[in-house]
Amino acid sequence: MRRRDFLGVVGGGVVLPMAFGRLIAAEELVTTMDVAAKKRLADAALNIAKGAGASYCDVRVGRYLRQSVLTREKTVQNVVNAESLGVGVRVIVDGAWGFAATNDMTPDGVAAAARSAAAIARANARQQTEPVRLAPAPAQGEVTWATPIRTNAMAVPIKEKVDLLLSVNAAAQAAGADFAQSTLFLVNEQKYFASTDGTYVDQDVHRIWAPFTVTAIDRQSGKFRTRDGLSSPMGMGYEFLDSKPQDKFTAPNGVITYGASYDMIEDAVAAAKQAREKLAAPSVQAGKYDLVLDPTHTFLTIHESVGHPLELDRVLGYEANYAGTSFATIDKRDAGLMYGSKLVNFVADRTEPNSLGAIGWDDEGVRAKRWDLVKDGKLVDYQTIRDQAHIVGKNESDGCSYAASWSDVQFQRMPNVSLMPGTAPLSVADMVSQVENGVYMFGRGSYSIDQQRYNAQFGGQLFYEIKNGKITRMLEDVAYQMRTPEFWGACSAICDKRDWRMGGSFFDGKGQPSQVSAVSHGSATARFDGVNVINTARSLG
Amino acid sequence: MAFPTQDQVKAILEKVVKLSKADECTAVMAGSTDGNIRFALNNVSTSGIVNDTELAVTVAYGKRVGSATINAFDDASLARVVKRAEELAMLAPENPEFVPAVAKQAYRASPTFDAATAAITPDLRADVAAKSIAACKAEKLIAAGFLSDTSNFSATANSNGNYGYQTATRANYTCTVRTTDGRGSGWVGKDVQDVTQLNADTEVRVAMRKAAASAEARALEPGKYTVILEPAAAAGLVSFMIRFFDARQADEGRSFLSKKGGGNKLGEQVYDPRVTMIADPWNPEAAVMPWDNTGLARERQALVQDGKIANLNYSRFWAQKTGKTAVGQPGNLLMMGGTKSTADLVRTTERGILVTRTWYIRMVDPQTVLLTGLTRDGTFYIENGEIKYPLKNFRFNESPVIMLNNIDELGRPVRVASDESSLVMMIPPMKLRDFTFTSLSDAV
Repeated sequence: MRRRDFLGVVGGGVVLPMAFGRLIAAEELVTTMDVAAKKRLADAALNIAKGAGASYCDVRVGRYLRQSVLTREKTVQNVVNAESLGVGVRVIVDGAWGFAATNDMTPDGVAAAARSAAAIARANARQQTEPVRLAPAPAQGEVTWATPIRTNAMAVPIKEKVDLLLSVNAAAQAAGADFAQSTLFLVNEQKYFASTDGTYVDQDVHRIWAPFTVTAIDRQSGKFRTRDGLSSPMGMGYEFLDSKPQDKFTAPNGVITYGASYDMIEDAVAAAKQAREKLAAPSVQAGKYDLVLDPTHTFLTIHESVGHPLELDRVLGYEANYAGTSFATIDKRDAGLMYGSKLVNFVADRTEPNSLGAIGWDDEGVRAKRWDLVKDGKLVDYQTIRDQAHIVGKNESDGCSYAASWSDVQFQRMPNVSLMPGTAPLSVADMVSQVENGVYMFGRGSYSIDQQRYNAQFGGQLFYEIKNGKITRMLEDVAYQMRTPEFWGACSAICDKRDWRMGGSFFDGKGQPSQVSAVSHGSATARFDGVNVINTARSLG
Repeated sequence: MAFPTQDQVKAILEKVVKLSKADECTAVMAGSTDGNIRFALNNVSTSGIVNDTELAVTVAYGKRVGSATINAFDDASLARVVKRAEELAMLAPENPEFVPAVAKQAYRASPTFDAATAAITPDLRADVAAKSIAACKAEKLIAAGFLSDTSNFSATANSNGNYGYQTATRANYTCTVRTTDGRGSGWVGKDVQDVTQLNADTEVRVAMRKAAASAEARALEPGKYTVILEPAAAAGLVSFMIRFFDARQADEGRSFLSKKGGGNKLGEQVYDPRVTMIADPWNPEAAVMPWDNTGLARERQALVQDGKIANLNYSRFWAQKTGKTAVGQPGNLLMMGGTKSTADLVRTTERGILVTRTWYIRMVDPQTVLLTGLTRDGTFYIENGEIKYPLKNFRFNESPVIMLNNIDELGRPVRVASDESSLVMMIPPMKLRDFTFTSLSDAV
């Protein structure tokens, strides 16, 4: 995918980062723009747009910062500090949208962009069959929001980050890994939004991700196995890497996963040992199993089989040529489609602390909120933005508008979508003790789902056999195949809120040209009965 | 927006290289005009044009490297970007895998540019969308599609006296056509360098026929089947596999091209003898730049010759370490085939499944390059040389390594793009035995 910017991959999936923006010095990553200057630019564009006949205009003055530190073994492969700075102007003229963007940060520059957006809108209006209808978004005045970070990761010296990653690699190698790669991705979006509705929002959004992969090799057999880190990207500052005991989750078999803080070295040591153990682990026998899924795994299943199919633009057909459409059509919702068992509740939430999707206001000035998507198993709602709300009978947007950059036009993106914990007390140990013939899965492995989000296949990082209530041994070559409503219908138990934590996708791709976004998905450990497990081992002869 | 002329670009790059006081300096300048139009539900949804020209400067002091970029090209800006790169290099840790800038290369120009594509106007894009939509509306079908085009230049220079400049164009059109009841879906994709080779009015009819013909899909039990993968369907699997032709990964024992006991499979028979895959920047149907992103000159080279691994991709560091010669990383992939079209292959098939397109392909096991993914937008059952009826989509779990050992016949390669690869590819339609479908999908 020639998808620009970050890309490397994907329609409605998870992509790999590539080049972005302008390279800058690390010290420039901690500076911010003057709010009054941003307002002056925005007002210049709003005035020009109104003068050009716009019935609505919004302006986004954006400074998007990214830092990545990439290492393998004892080597720093790359350190990239990048900035993308500019202004995007979106207007409605004669009932049609127009958008233009510029990196010319002068009143004249943004005025030209506003005129260009108006001209494009006017041209589009000639072919438009139905005028844009915007759900009301009350004027917010001048407001601000910032991710409540304790330590701005951009301000942490590169040397400290390099030292951490090289220590992670060294610890993994000392514990038996042949190779170790570790990375830090940091994002800071300094976004200013202004609209003709009387809303001015200045936001400072931070995200962090610290993934690693270790590899163990058996040269004699030619076999190799990897284990990725079990942490999650978060909407947090560098404090995420300051591990706290209360953020550790220890499974009944001793596998440790993490919540709102992360011990990367501890995880790397465990990963090295487990990668080596995987080399000799027995291959799963294909068949029906009861699955016990750790939240480090479930987040991606939620993302693919719940988050994406409930994007209203997909449901309506706007993504048909790329990511696809959705099985969860509006008529099915109206008919009371059971999306899962009665235990299953999915909530969309742009306010969840520490999440990747947390914001104060979305990219069209709508206040962040929380709402039900699936209630007691039944499909009840979708994700909307202002020009879609009326289609599903709503009189307000859900605040799901997002643009990956000032130069991209905003569109509907997934909010955090999470599986609610069980209401009755249930620990993971109790859940496992009730499983006769099961597989316990951790981590994100391979993932693939069809263009209407019915048929999916998921692998993982670690798999354990459960026999008669006991975790007996590690397994390998495991993947499960599922059909979305049946899979969630097979959800027979969900642990309580003590076990609830978030996973997330840092680079979720959607749209043409593709834009990335970041989103979290929380869950507690959950059980799914009678799921089809396949064996993925093959021989090349 | 007009690009700077070649002379202007050369002057800027020479100035930058001269300005640097570092041990070595590489300057790369690239500019592009990227246009697109997107349509869905028989309406244009978005369209846009992005112009961008950027200069990247990389300098080294010993094994310390720094890079900086800028998009202004006056003397003060050039001095600033060089200074910034030098400051960053002095602060950078030593890179134990540092390799010096490439020596002076002899670039042989490749035919990557077509004036018609560089001259695309918003009207032409709108016309492509309008033709696609009009044809579908007339048949009560629903079109969703995307046209993207680029016209760009790349130039590179360094303190070893290396210099290269070349322009390129590319346009890509895709259209998904669905029936109004949502029970049928068809797709077409066309990747060209010269936009005059794109006729949306003709192309869209392929997707329309498939949409209409796929509405009454029947379920077939998953299992191993003879399949005909159209070039676009095969490209997704083949290009995924090619990512793992890295020599270092193979030597390190973590690739399907690693050998038991150590070393790599260079020279070994890994595929059916009919499999030959070549990288060739000068191929007139799939030309790419004659240098890679390190400035190293590309060469015409076979990756697979008669089923044997003929070359692996060596980074400059790994080549130096292992005593090999590095050449530019491939920018295209030309898989050899026969002379038959997809339709010809169908005519000679007793029983099999025709696959239009593959989707959401992901690695299941890197040890064997086992991939999973789905068929999409036109899957049909073939009997006695004819398409008999549409099939419900399948999920596959298949390794391209195994697949390319189960060849019945290869057809005539055509130029295709893949959703998830930047390679320009020539891929034949393939008739393959025992392709593994593991489940059915209800998705249309």
